[in-house]
Amino acid sequence: MNKYKIIIGLEVHIEPNTKQKMFCRCQQDHFGKIPNSNTCPICLGLPGALPYINKEAIEKIIKLGLALGSKINNFSRFYRKHYFYPDLPKGYQTSQLDSPFCIGGELLGKKINHIHLEEDAGKLVHETIDGEKVSLIDFNRSGSCLIEIVTEPVFNSVIEVIAFLKELQLIARYLDISNADMEKGSMRLEANISLSLDGKLPNYKVELKNINSFKFLEKAINAEIERQSKALNSGEKLIQETRGYDEIKKTTFSQRTKADSHDYRYFPEADLPPVELDNSEIEKIKLKLVELPEVKRKRFAEKYKLSKEYTEILILDIKRANYFEEAFKLSPNLITSIANLMVNKNLDKDFSEPAGLIRKILELTKVDYANSSDVEESISKVLYENPDVIKSFKDGKGQVIGFLIGQIQKKLNGKGDPRIIQQKLLEKLHE
Amino acid sequence: MTRLTKKEVLHVAELSNLKLSEGEVKKFLPQLSKIIEYVSQLSKVNTKEIKPTSQTTGLTNVYRENSNELGETLTQEEVLSNTDGYNGFFKVPAILEGRTNK
Amino acid sequence: MNLPLTIKETQEGLKSKKFSAVELVDTYLEKIKKYNDEYKIFLTINEEGAYKKAKEIDNSDFTLPLFGVVGSYKDIFLTKGIRTTAGSKILENFIPPYSATIVKKLENAGVISIGKLNCDAFAHGSSGENSDFGTTLNPWNKEYTAGGSSSGSGAALSSGMSLISIGTDTCGSIRLPANYGYLFSLKPTYGAVSRYGVIAMASSLDTVGPLAHTVSDVETVFNVIKGKDYLDATVTEKSINNKNSKFKIGIPKEFFVGGLSKEIEKNIGEVIKIYKNENVEFIDVSLPSTKYGISVYYIIQPAEVSSNLSRFDGIRYGGLRDSFGEEAKRRIMLGSYVLSAGFYDAYYEKAMKVRTIIKNEVDSIFTKVDALIAPVAPTPAFKLGEKTNDPLSMYLTDIYAATANLSGIPAIAIPSGFSDKKLPLGFQLMAPRFGEDILFKLGKIFELATDYKPKVAF
Repeated sequence: MNKYKIIIGLEVHIEPNTKQKMFCRCQQDHFGKIPNSNTCPICLGLPGALPYINKEAIEKIIKLGLALGSKINNFSRFYRKHYFYPDLPKGYQTSQLDSPFCIGGELLGKKINHIHLEEDAGKLVHETIDGEKVSLIDFNRSGSCLIEIVTEPVFNSVIEVIAFLKELQLIARYLDISNADMEKGSMRLEANISLSLDGKLPNYKVELKNINSFKFLEKAINAEIERQSKALNSGEKLIQETRGYDEIKKTTFSQRTKADSHDYRYFPEADLPPVELDNSEIEKIKLKLVELPEVKRKRFAEKYKLSKEYTEILILDIKRANYFEEAFKLSPNLITSIANLMVNKNLDKDFSEPAGLIRKILELTKVDYANSSDVEESISKVLYENPDVIKSFKDGKGQVIGFLIGQIQKKLNGKGDPRIIQQKLLEKLHE
Repeated sequence: MTRLTKKEVLHVAELSNLKLSEGEVKKFLPQLSKIIEYVSQLSKVNTKEIKPTSQTTGLTNVYRENSNELGETLTQEEVLSNTDGYNGFFKVPAILEGRTNK
Repeated sequence: MNLPLTIKETQEGLKSKKFSAVELVDTYLEKIKKYNDEYKIFLTINEEGAYKKAKEIDNSDFTLPLFGVVGSYKDIFLTKGIRTTAGSKILENFIPPYSATIVKKLENAGVISIGKLNCDAFAHGSSGENSDFGTTLNPWNKEYTAGGSSSGSGAALSSGMSLISIGTDTCGSIRLPANYGYLFSLKPTYGAVSRYGVIAMASSLDTVGPLAHTVSDVETVFNVIKGKDYLDATVTEKSINNKNSKFKIGIPKEFFVGGLSKEIEKNIGEVIKIYKNENVEFIDVSLPSTKYGISVYYIIQPAEVSSNLSRFDGIRYGGLRDSFGEEAKRRIMLGSYVLSAGFYDAYYEKAMKVRTIIKNEVDSIFTKVDALIAPVAPTPAFKLGEKTNDPLSMYLTDIYAATANLSGIPAIAIPSGFSDKKLPLGFQLMAPRFGEDILFKLGKIFELATDYKPKVAF
């Protein structure tokens, strides 16, 4: 299997956390509502109903595009994309084609083709009622805003795919675009997978659909790669198709679709005037961007000298990252304790204000302070071991104090009261 | 020049989700051919450097007002009032085919 | 009682207690009940609702702009709780859970909604013969078409079953029934009146407008229904302020050649003479690309029809797609074809480009003239059954209508006499986008000059 190069392209759908749906005033958040209670004539596709654009969704997609380095189109419009499926009430999806809001971009070195805005469909449930197999439809999700990120076929391993998705999720959360939660369906993935002997893009790709969690993602993609390499090894010709993942059998299976199904008969949506954005408007949205995870990661590493693991945990939630920085500002000398207690004990969850956490740290550490004879003994030992440093101090290099305190704390297993150590150390040095 | 074939008629019917009877196919084939032939006169028009018109209003950037205020929804009863629902859902014979879209 | 034929007469009668709104409803219903089975003008009669509203009007202070006006709607406008069929069996039992914006606006302005009017199924047609509920007969002569697709909207007025009516015009469907019914009607600027709650035919071409017995009634109703509703994103509020005391009208030479009947040509010649006597100037103009109008229209329209009729899948409302009538199926097929892979550029994209050329020609003509004059149709009302087996010849009925829809400009249909066979004759005037006011002024000049009197067939 190693002789093949894995080529994967992604189509990632993110449900933004707008208040309203894409083209009507129903609630975007459809999670857990009783069936068909979150619809209106527009998202139910009743005769005569017309769409109207939700600007909030446009702001969110542009924020994402800017964060990923996409070019924002000055002219965008919606198209009708036609296909028949019972959960698609109008018989077409209002989506985009040649003028999406964002073009290009990059994340973790992986090129993005474009990012566009569209509406979601309803949900189907398959059941057997009185011996008859039926499908039940709930349109609560119908017409919800959906952002689609389409990458180039540039992933060569599942690991790269997962890293990309996790970072995308983090960015979506940082920008307050979406919770991008796979398990709740606010981030969904389709992966186009093919194998190549010579590294060139082969003439087929298999579209793997409905991947609903990070756990299945890895298993599903690996299962498909295995299937394809086995097939290629036995000289089989692979075809372009759509496949799903069977969790129980741990294999992918072909999903029947109608022949000719990919002729979507797109044409511009006449019910919606196009969107023209001038650069000043784009700049205005740019001002709303926050520091992105990658930048924060670097800054944390440089400024706080934290381990990679600690940094990763702290930046995973922008609120926690901000909390950490505020706590640091209040007590820079407690940085190790702050980081420790946040990462290992989640103590920040108990104190809504960083100041509370600092008080708690002082309280905790005070109880455990080493007694004064231990402190004095440690100071003497350190001074004895570091005559050069004492000389430097006497030569006027006051900054060596920090080093000495650190050495003393080491001997005290960090249990010394920094104020007392400093006081006693200075007394000794000036003796 | 642009006579439709029976195959094309059947293909278009499938795209349109229409099941045509043999009689309908027979009737539509010459009628559609005649219309297509008539409208094909447009090929004579020079449209070089002409931009297509998909709407005549010239409007741009028309957004919904009050994007923070939720609108009135239909009740589940109203939603299902023109069909036989099942436990608040719409009901159709089991769907065997997968979605065709992305 | 003798039914009043204008809003003014109706409202003066109500104010002076010559009759009550309930008595008005009695009289209209009497007429509907007497003739509707034969003439197939109404598909649903809103008897209970009409009486309820009439009582409200009788107890009101008569201040609403359209108080006491008995109105009816092409059955393509959704009416909450009242069956709406679009003239198609597929929606035979559809009861909408909401009303179209214009229905709400009219009812809020005091209109008594008396019922829903017959039309070609999904507004596909020029003769009313595509209705799945029987063909509307022309009250002036029942062997002839009442004009389509708003067939009931015209016939309801020329038979005195309603004072005003509302239709839709995608390519002549308001103007033709008015023309064949001795009535005035306005096809407004695209985007002047909300299409929300109107079963869509071709989204980039559909317009909503009134039919009535006088220009000022058309104007009054238009002023009530126009304007933003924040449910149709293509609606703008705008009007051209034309302070001209002397108008100049263009005669596009392409509209007076070929298949135009001699009788209509002669009639419009007389109309021009009448206008000239009223100090209106005429100049010959040319719109060379309008000859492609029907071709452009019969690509764009079916494409949009195939899309708009996709929602009728029988799941949430209505019957299965098999129950579409023949014309709907034909247009869906045509539309899917011109949009399908490999044909899009040659047909749809090409048609949109030629549409640009037509629009540009029209726009540039309006820098020279205030309005354009044209026939509404090539012939007076034709006999029922005459064109049903030849869709293309039926489509060509709309050859003079297409220009206004493709370029989004307003047009008014004005009655101007009767043919040798005693069938109504008329003409249309077109103005630049949002130039409805020019059309009303020119219409009034004609009314005054000819001492026009509203007429009903019976």
